[in-house]
Amino acid sequence: MNQPVQNTLLSTPAPGSVGIVTPQRMRFDAPLPLRSGASIAGYELVYETYGTLNAERSNAVLVCHALNAGHHVAGVYADAPDDVGWWDNMVGPGKPVDTGRFFVIGVNNLGSCFGSTGPMSPDPATGRPYGPDFPVVTVEDWVHAQARLADALGIERFAAVMGGSLGGMQALAWSTLYPSRIAHCVAAATAPKLSAQNIAFNEVARRAIITDPEFHGGRFYDHGVVPARGLQVARMIGHITYLSDDVMGEKFGRALRRHVTDTVLRNDYRFTFDVEFEIESYLRYQGEKFSSYFDANTYLLITRALDYFDPALPCGGDLALALAPAQADFLLVSFTTDWRFAPERSREIVEALLANERRVTYAEIDAPHGHDAFLLDDPQYMAVVRGWFDRIDASVRAAAKPTAAARAPAAHAGAQ
Amino acid sequence: MTNRPLPLAHPAGGRANGLRPDLALIADWIAPGSQVLDLGCGDGALLAHLQTAKRCRGYGVEINDEQLLACMRRGVDVIQQDIEAGLGMFHGPSFDVVVLSMAIQMTHQTERVLREMSEVGREGIVSLPNFGHWTHAWSLLRGRMPVSRELPYAWYDTPNLHMSTVRDFEDFLGGLGLTITGRAFLRNGERVGWLPALRSTQAIYRFRRG
Repeated sequence: MNQPVQNTLLSTPAPGSVGIVTPQRMRFDAPLPLRSGASIAGYELVYETYGTLNAERSNAVLVCHALNAGHHVAGVYADAPDDVGWWDNMVGPGKPVDTGRFFVIGVNNLGSCFGSTGPMSPDPATGRPYGPDFPVVTVEDWVHAQARLADALGIERFAAVMGGSLGGMQALAWSTLYPSRIAHCVAAATAPKLSAQNIAFNEVARRAIITDPEFHGGRFYDHGVVPARGLQVARMIGHITYLSDDVMGEKFGRALRRHVTDTVLRNDYRFTFDVEFEIESYLRYQGEKFSSYFDANTYLLITRALDYFDPALPCGGDLALALAPAQADFLLVSFTTDWRFAPERSREIVEALLANERRVTYAEIDAPHGHDAFLLDDPQYMAVVRGWFDRIDASVRAAAKPTAAARAPAAHAGAQ
Repeated sequence: MTNRPLPLAHPAGGRANGLRPDLALIADWIAPGSQVLDLGCGDGALLAHLQTAKRCRGYGVEINDEQLLACMRRGVDVIQQDIEAGLGMFHGPSFDVVVLSMAIQMTHQTERVLREMSEVGREGIVSLPNFGHWTHAWSLLRGRMPVSRELPYAWYDTPNLHMSTVRDFEDFLGGLGLTITGRAFLRNGERVGWLPALRSTQAIYRFRRG
């Protein structure tokens, strides 16, 4: 299991797509000590790879996922051609993260519900699903687990570790936990820690789940039920924070929902508490869809990991001090209408990196879509990431050719 | 981000590595190995030149999307920000030089920008169009607002808010408690020796606190 470094590409059904991909699985028997003091042994991580690792093993890019995504970053599955990876617009042949140049890894984090060991997995101690007994994991724990996967794949140093939102937090954590193992850090729509408001939204979501009678203290698997209503409300709250007021207004406004029994377009209210406005219908739909595939215990775990992320905490709140060990070059991207992790939050990180005189580029993208923008196709956003990965590619190539590297001490001169 | 009009183009294959003349002159003033902050850095040409020719390090600050991408293509680290939003982000690193080239006339809070420049860097360098150029006076005498190579905009459609003459600007620096440590004058990219206040189209100053 130590040399599965193969391109999972089998065919290319759509231009710019990595094509059909196959998830892989790796087991880790050595216990992983966790931040909480607990540890977990005999866990598995599911991951996908795209592109080819070069001879120097220097072109690897790790993509870290956010709350409701996983290892399926790009491409489609042979048996599910509509199941397109969550960052397929970003990763693929000729895409900003070009799989013709880079060996890209998507990994599902511990505690997730998409295949890696999580609350739904059997607890070796009892043989029953972990449920609420799954240890609380942190962003740092995830990074340590990802580093073990990198070890197993023979990747000593990543050309880049990248992610958006919670994924960006993992990329940041990589830069300080494994400074020598990450050449470039890419963090979009992220924050150095959650605000009280961010935590408050998470707590409302968690209370919705925990107080659902079907939650059964996290042991709902034993009862053959799912706390669907709680998950739906949690997702509805999340969705509100992912969109901007403008986009919501533009997309839905105050438009009234047309019911199946309506024969003409209504222009008056129904005077009920059933779905009245389009926005209500949209949120309910998103909630129902989410509750059909997402695990409630995973939602609790991941929102807690968000809450707990605060790299400056051991440094008395001094983020510059916390980021002092970092050696990577950084790209920070924020979006003007993102109020969940607003541009100011990214600027805090930039300021801390500047204080350490790290190489850092910061782009503030004027996009209307709120927090979700980091997943969407804004042309300037795409161009910025593309430009950054051109620079990474140039430094990978310069390092691969010692003479060229010697001639270009700036390392990035080739990016011109 | 909002867009600011693009600065002057660099002369094709011109002098001193193709840098715009005021930037070439500024580059001459910057010591090798300096830590440089270039405010309104445009396409990053100055920093790219300083990085390769003088082993300098530093950052550009630029608000324009296209220019940000141009900086990235040159391998210049750039922070996308309006320089008038304040330079609070830049108080951590220690800059040897802070540059503001051909942008001061577009600032709203000109005094604040200059003051902040002097706070985050040991030395400041500013290049600006000289409104006191004799052709401008001639335009005004003929009843017209001046339009020139450095000031190519019509009066109703110009980003330039705060125009000054050479003497105005020197008084302004003095009023801020800044000491001028060097000055140079250009006319259409060439150095101007005599009567610079009237004959130069661009002025370049370096200054320090106290």
